[in-house]
Amino acid sequence: MAKEMRKIAIYGKGGIGKSTTTQNTVAGLVEYGKKVMIVGCDPKADSTRLMLGGLAQKSVLDTMREEGEDVELDDVLKPGYGGVMCVESGGPEPGVGCAGRGIITAINLLESLGAYEEQHDLDYAFYDVLGDVVCGGFAMPMREGKAKEIYIVVSGEMMAMYAANNISKGIVKFAESGGIRLGGLICNSRAVDREQDLISNFAKELGTQMIYFVPRDNMVQKAEIHRQTVIEFAPDAAQAEHYRNLSKAIDGNKMQVIPKPMPIERLEELLMDYGLFD
Amino acid sequence: MSQTATTLKNENLVEEIVTRYPPKVARKRRKHMVPVKPGTEQTIAANARTVPGIITQRGCAYAGCKGVVLGPIVDMVHIVHGPIGCSFYAWGTRRNQGKARKGGQNFLEYSFSTDMQPDNIIFGGEKKLRKAIEEAYELFKPKAMSLHATCPAGLIGDDVIGVGREMTEKLGIPIIGFACEGYKGVSQSAGHHLANNGLFEHVVGRDDKKAGKFAINMLGEYNIGGDAWEIERIFEKCGIDIISTFSGNGSFDEIAQAHNAQLNIIQCHRSINYMAEMLEDKFGIPWLKVNVIGLKSTSKSLRKIGEFFDDAKLSARIEEVIAEEEAAAEKELAEIRERLQGKTAMLFTGGSRAHHYQALFKDLGMKTVVAGEEFAHRDDYEGRKVIPTIKIDADSRNITELKAERDPERYHPPKSEEEIARLKEEGKLSEYEGMLPDMVENSILVDDITHLEQEMMIASYNPDIVCSGVKDKYIFEKMGIPSKQLHNYDYSGPFAGYHGAVNFARDIDMRVNNPVWKMIQPPWQKRPMIKAEMMVETEKEIRA
Repeated sequence: MAKEMRKIAIYGKGGIGKSTTTQNTVAGLVEYGKKVMIVGCDPKADSTRLMLGGLAQKSVLDTMREEGEDVELDDVLKPGYGGVMCVESGGPEPGVGCAGRGIITAINLLESLGAYEEQHDLDYAFYDVLGDVVCGGFAMPMREGKAKEIYIVVSGEMMAMYAANNISKGIVKFAESGGIRLGGLICNSRAVDREQDLISNFAKELGTQMIYFVPRDNMVQKAEIHRQTVIEFAPDAAQAEHYRNLSKAIDGNKMQVIPKPMPIERLEELLMDYGLFD
Repeated sequence: MSQTATTLKNENLVEEIVTRYPPKVARKRRKHMVPVKPGTEQTIAANARTVPGIITQRGCAYAGCKGVVLGPIVDMVHIVHGPIGCSFYAWGTRRNQGKARKGGQNFLEYSFSTDMQPDNIIFGGEKKLRKAIEEAYELFKPKAMSLHATCPAGLIGDDVIGVGREMTEKLGIPIIGFACEGYKGVSQSAGHHLANNGLFEHVVGRDDKKAGKFAINMLGEYNIGGDAWEIERIFEKCGIDIISTFSGNGSFDEIAQAHNAQLNIIQCHRSINYMAEMLEDKFGIPWLKVNVIGLKSTSKSLRKIGEFFDDAKLSARIEEVIAEEEAAAEKELAEIRERLQGKTAMLFTGGSRAHHYQALFKDLGMKTVVAGEEFAHRDDYEGRKVIPTIKIDADSRNITELKAERDPERYHPPKSEEEIARLKEEGKLSEYEGMLPDMVENSILVDDITHLEQEMMIASYNPDIVCSGVKDKYIFEKMGIPSKQLHNYDYSGPFAGYHGAVNFARDIDMRVNNPVWKMIQPPWQKRPMIKAEMMVETEKEIRA
């Protein structure tokens, strides 16, 4: 019997570290022998940079524009680190056209080309989505059950939590029709005061969990400069171990909930309780 | 409908209708219906957002800009920037007619579209638009073009105005962009306003060719079924020179000369009053409202123009023409009127015709019992006196209010300032009293009518004819009531002026007195279609 593929979407405020976290988590999963695909849903097309050792990917939309309807899966799927299948949806240059519509088109095309079909024997598909879910197109991975599990990357900064709360609202909206669930918050530390307490309590109030606390470490920056994940660049570093732990936590995660987003006042209260600790 | 017709007094009917609505809708819609009481001051809500789900007759800003105002200009290429549907369904359906000027061009029968594809939505459509402009230019070498944005083009931020500017420079002909995305404003009205602004800014005033003695512009006449040509015939006969028509059978060159006229006359106040105001502010040309639909009203309009020019010879000629034309028309009408006398009509049109055609029905001895407009504003119903009291909402604020400055060189009022002020004071210039004062006892005035209101009013009044558009024409005919389209005239026309009045009378006679309407009895009224037994349960039983 074919195994059940887990479809995961990673959301979070812009610049919070979604792509880095996603790729390092995937690198961890690869070490356990998992087969993974990453679908980058960002016009910048930089979601698979660490997997491919640079921006070597031709995006789905670029290919479509050049080849017309005759796109083949091999044209847009590129194997990266540890055999991870990498796809970038791509999109228009900034300030032109409609990137959201592009994401929708790209995801539909991947589906019709059979990117998710059994012969690929995938354990995981990860959608790495542009930070600020600015329009319906970027909610596409949540809709129609494209992704089933959402993880939100967050830090103890107010705006990151505000974004996480808003994304939870989106999840609630699509939970009924698309059947999606929130798997947890990944705290990508910004080293603000009492961050761990703040985020675990924030998660609890949302009805979910803080699935892992990733400490801040300059090793991440170093690896990025070398166009590699920490796991590839410095497999023995402490930070590599943290990402492996995160992979393990996600792999074994049984807690899938419909979140309970909170009113903004409550969010501010939380910050007062934990953030203003002199 | 006759089988269930129950006649209610107008106000009772309006109250009865609103009981069918949820409370919030009822509150809103009640303000858009006026049970007319002649001689009293009445007020109506208009130019407001349509309640979703009520089945409105309204169109969109694109329809108002491209379809109504710009589209009829014959020698410009009008490019629609959007998916093909927006063009296809607007291709020739309005029946605005036009002819090429001597040695000139006429593009009315073409449909120019960028035919946007998914690709253009994602990556932006400006490139394709530029290419379309170049292609059209290569093929036709027109003297000017207009570009019209549809909803999707606007949603992705394609800048048609910017592309127009850029291509004007590149090709050396005026290419005017209109950001008339369908979602702008509450109805077509927004599109009319945008179109007026663009035409005024980019076309009017380009050619200072000196005009004759009695030179006017005909504003708000769209040459549906050839109306403008009948009006031209009459005016020419009187010795009045029409420099340009906005915009039926319009021409770029003529509109470019419009500012040389001594007077503007307005037929459709709603769609074009902006232009009249701007022409007066910048060039000092006064305007007066006319109605060239109906015998009496055409004659009255001619006399108003004669009075303005105040020239004995012109006035005498106008009287001769009126006498001759009225007599000729009357000869044809007398017999038809006998058959139409006492019949009733309902009018549902765009912004002005429901007023204009009441005059023509009156000529035919018929009474208008319900009249409604899709996109009129309060001043079209209640008269311009209410303009200062109209609340500007967010939807109207979206549309730029262009304020024209006086042109220091070309400002040329045809009369002294005092004289023009006096004529305005007397209501002979810059005045429109609206439709309400012309409506009869026990009639109803409706704004943006809903399907339910229409059905209930028809059931109650049981009119002999309903004049509307293609959206509801066949609904009335299924009800057994003949219908006449007043948006495109059902392949007929002209209906304006004297010849038009006769054409219209014939058309109405053919419909109202056609025996076929008495023969329509649906099968379910002859025999039951299905047989069934009904069991009535009490509420208690159902719940158990």
